[in-house]
Amino acid sequence: MELIKDALLTTGFPALEIGQVIMWLIGFVLLYLAIKKEFEPLLLLPIGFGILMANLPLAPLMVTSTGELGLIGRFYHYGLEWEIIPPLIFLGLGAMTDFGPVIANPKTLLLGAAAQIGVYLTFFIALAIGFTARESSVIGIIAGADGPTTIYLAAKLAPHMMGMCAVAAYSYMAMVPLIQPPVMKALTTKEERLITMKSLRPVGKVEKIFFPIIAMILICLCVPDASPLMAMFMLGNLFRESGVVARLSNAAQNELMNIVTIFLGVSVGTTMSASAFLTFDVIKVFVLGVCAFMLATATGVIFAKIMNLFLKEKINPLIGAAGVSAVPMAARVVHKVGQEANKRNYLLMHAMGPNVAGVIGTAVAAGMFISVLAR
Amino acid sequence: MANIECPLAGKVFEILVEVGQQINEDDEIFLIDAMKMENPIYSTASGTVKEIKVKVGEQVAEGTILAVVE
Repeated sequence: MELIKDALLTTGFPALEIGQVIMWLIGFVLLYLAIKKEFEPLLLLPIGFGILMANLPLAPLMVTSTGELGLIGRFYHYGLEWEIIPPLIFLGLGAMTDFGPVIANPKTLLLGAAAQIGVYLTFFIALAIGFTARESSVIGIIAGADGPTTIYLAAKLAPHMMGMCAVAAYSYMAMVPLIQPPVMKALTTKEERLITMKSLRPVGKVEKIFFPIIAMILICLCVPDASPLMAMFMLGNLFRESGVVARLSNAAQNELMNIVTIFLGVSVGTTMSASAFLTFDVIKVFVLGVCAFMLATATGVIFAKIMNLFLKEKINPLIGAAGVSAVPMAARVVHKVGQEANKRNYLLMHAMGPNVAGVIGTAVAAGMFISVLAR
Repeated sequence: MANIECPLAGKVFEILVEVGQQINEDDEIFLIDAMKMENPIYSTASGTVKEIKVKVGEQVAEGTILAVVE
């Protein structure tokens, strides 16, 4: 009898706490959303499974019984604490990105920047309700709709917020088609939504090669703390546009991106232990997160309307909503809302300009937070 | 004679009309895949499809003539 009792004590069952079981349920919800609803499955599936792994008592996954890092703990330590994974994701994103719409219409860079006003507004709201400046910056960056940047900033400034902010960012990115249209419609008139835009000019190969080189130098000089993300983003883009390293470009877009995504998802999931996640702050972060998305959408649209006051050739203000960097979902939403007003209005490629500019804008905003708050 | 031009760059995903078919303005005549999204292309003219100038799977630039309507 004593032997059976001793054997039972070596299992995880006696050490299981109610908080861990609640976290299992949260993990199951994410797995359900990923598998059944296909909400951001590439991230929510490994994050959901990572949550299960992080909440198994006595399992030496994060830390072993001797206090050393466990298997998943090493993924987290070397991948996120050493800041390797988010820049590698940006390398792949760069290789997937076509800057043609931005080069053809550089005005759209302003729209990508304008949507970041939502980041700063959310930052101040979070500060006002009692979060620290570092925590507020990570909550604010959710408005940028950029998962890797959110994770990168959290690892730098508020690692305890990483799990909840990453899940909020990815969940809301999956809900862009639901969150953005009401804001876009509320801020525009039917006449504005009907505006058609002139075709984008063709962009030459030389322009596409010079863009990542010049952009990298300028951005990294202006905001040095954004350089790990931006330098890799532009390197990936140069792989793509140079046309001479197709193997590297394909590897960055496919194999490397897929491998790194596995480690990213699992590492983020394992930050979500019951003690770190089950706090009232989670509810506040999720409420602030949806406000952040709406604010970024609104500031992008309003800025586009302000630009129209000065432009001879008007732009459709809906494309301002694509300044949040959920690529290409936000651009697709703009296109669909535009076609509801006029089915022959094709805004997709016009919206890609602010959309990719938004990726740059969010990384720059993160760099600015780091430069001010990390020291 | 009216040329139906492609309003956005992408890949021809589906051709919804045949040569000789009678079509009306605003009928859906092609599906173009751009940014992993199937975009319906609407006819800008009424008449008979005289010629279809692209094939399924073909990459098309903005302004490419997709079909001729008489």
